[in-house]
This record gives sequence, C-alpha cells and structure tokens, in this order.
Amino acid sequence: MEHWIEWVVAFFLLLGGSFVLIGSIGLTRMPDFFMRLHGPTKATTLGMGGILLGSIFFFYTHGETSVHELLITIFLLITAPISAHMLIKTALHYKLKTIDKTTGKENIHAAQQKQHDRKPLP
Amino acid sequence: MLDNVIMLVFAMISIALLLNLYRLLRGPSIPDRILALDTMYINSIALIILYGLLMESPLYFEAALLIAMLGFVSTVAVCKFLLRGDIIE
Amino acid sequence: MRFEPKFRWLPTPYRSVLLFIVWLLLSQSIEPVHLFFALILAVVIPLLTLRFRDPQPLIERPLLGLRYILRVLADIVTANAQVALLILGPKARLKPAFVTVPLDLQHELPITILASTVSMTPGTVSAEIYPSKDSLQPGEPMPQRCLLIHVLNLSGTEAELINDIKQRYEAPLKEIFQC
Repeated sequence: MEHWIEWVVAFFLLLGGSFVLIGSIGLTRMPDFFMRLHGPTKATTLGMGGILLGSIFFFYTHGETSVHELLITIFLLITAPISAHMLIKTALHYKLKTIDKTTGKENIHAAQQKQHDRKPLP
Repeated sequence: MLDNVIMLVFAMISIALLLNLYRLLRGPSIPDRILALDTMYINSIALIILYGLLMESPLYFEAALLIAMLGFVSTVAVCKFLLRGDIIE
Repeated sequence: MRFEPKFRWLPTPYRSVLLFIVWLLLSQSIEPVHLFFALILAVVIPLLTLRFRDPQPLIERPLLGLRYILRVLADIVTANAQVALLILGPKARLKPAFVTVPLDLQHELPITILASTVSMTPGTVSAEIYPSKDSLQPGEPMPQRCLLIHVLNLSGTEAELINDIKQRYEAPLKEIFQC
C-alpha cells in the first residue's frame, strides 16, 4: 500500500472514531433528554461517515472496490433525522422534564394542542 | 501503523458503547433508553466495519447494512408504539 | 408548482433514478442483467406505491436541488464540529431553547426535507410540525404551518436563528419546488 494513502485512511478512521466517542459522551453527560438527543444524531452520523470513508479508501488501494459503504452512509444520513424526530416527538408526548434554564417552553404547548395523532397518556 | 490505528479506534468505539450502556441502564425515562439503543446499533455498525478492515474482507458490509436497516425500523416502531399504542393501524 | 407528472408511467422521475442507482450500488456491478433489473424496479416500484402517497409538488429545478444537497453536506461537517465543541465544553454555558419557526411552505414533501435538514445541521432538532393535516375539517383551507425546534445553544436572538433558517434553507427549497 502506498504510504500517503495509509495516512489518509488513518486520519479518517481517527476522525470518525473520535466523533462517535464524542456523540456518546454527549449522551452520557448532558442534563436532560432534549440536550442528550443532539450528540448521537449529529456527531455519530459524521463519525460513521468518517469511518466509512476510511474504509472506502482502504479497500480501493487493495484493488477490490466496494461501494456498500456509500450505501450505508447514505442510509444513515437519511434515517438519522427521522429517528431523531420520532424520539423527540415521543419525549414531548411523555412531557419529559427540561432543565430550568430552557427558554421558550410555552411553545411546546401551542404546538401540541392541534396534534391528533396521539394516544392519551396512561 | 494502520493496525495500531484500527486498534485505537476499536478502543474508542468500545468506550462509546460502554457509555451508551450506562445510559441504557440508568434511564431515567423510556425515550432515553430508546435513544441509547439507537446509538448502540450505530456504534455496532462501526465495530463490524472496523472488523472487516482488520480482516481485509469486504464481506462484513452486508451485515452492517442489515443492522442499519433493522435498527432504524425498530427505533421508529418503538417510538410509534409509545406515541399511539399501536404500530400498524 | 406542478402536481401532475409529465409521463403517466413515470410519476416520480428523480425517485426512479435514485432507485436505479441504489440497486446498482447494492449489486455492485454494471452487467446488462443488473442494469435491466434495475430499470424494471425503477419503473415498477413507483407505480406500485403511487396510490399510497398524497400528491406532492414536483421538483422543478434539479440543478438547484443538487446545489442544495452539496451545501447541506458542507453544513453538516461544520455544524457537527460545532456541536462536538459544545458537548465537550462547559455545561453551564449552554442555553437550550425551544423556538417556533413560522413556515412559508405548505406541502408535506418540502416541509419534510426542511425538517430533516434542520435536524442535521446547525445544533437544532426539529420536534413538531403543526397544525397537522389530520386536525383539519374536510374542505378547511390549510392554515399557516409552524415548525417547533429545539436548540442546543441559542447564541444570538431567536429572530436571528429563524431568519438564518429561512434564508439559508427555506428560500432554496421554495425555488426548487417553485411554490
């Protein structure tokens, strides 16, 4: 393998790994659910992108071009906002506590009044 | 050199998985646990891809693709169940 | 804004192209067999699923759409670096907020794209799109729709953030769908 390609692969892998780790740190460290949601949806997506790019370069130099990584990256990019949206909808439905300094809480009530796609809380 | 880097990234993702596990066990609410599970499956995709790099075999990507699809569908299904009390109406 | 496709047998041309490419990526080859099968799938799947969907506005300016995708990709990288710094930084300095963004868009598909973009990019997650279609009486006109978003760190004022989202993401979408 050429030397500089090895550096490129290592760079992308390290970048991806650190973003995945940062996403999980955010998940553990933040005080309420809505702030915890930000870490995994954003940082983890970029982290996966980094690792998959590294893997594309790696297999390219080995002569077996593999495009499934590209498919996984696109799939994660499309699905991450949707699962985040579903999760935050669920959290609003369960009326999870926000930390005290969150501003604009009155907006939640206005938004939920007209939604008819909920079952009543147990 | 690349082997060492791959091992280092393995360690990083394993720590990330442990942090997710902490959040999964700790809670405190159901959406928190779903979020932790969601993050765990994405991290396990990263682990599988790294293992494929270490073995220098592109066979593992099919498994990663399957996990990505099943994980997404299960997250959405559980959220929908919590929201409406039913998945397919 | 157009709802009726140009050819009846090809209701969603760009989705067909996407299906074609994804099938080729999945089978990892461009042999004639795979090309042929991808073509069949790209035509048949949109026709089969046509009845499940409400009519949506069609994409009028595909080149602008491509530019939009590239811009969002670049924004994802910068925004993720920002979010990573916020996560690692001191917790006490974060100012989380819920913000309501009034939308000019009316239809489901452009709003969905906007909500996903907002979730992916600048430290925000879209939480709620209201009022929903189900809450209307039949025949009632669509009122102005709003998007509720959660911001991890509101650095400026709310008006600045709303203005930013409207100019950076909503205006190009309005141009792409011509509505």
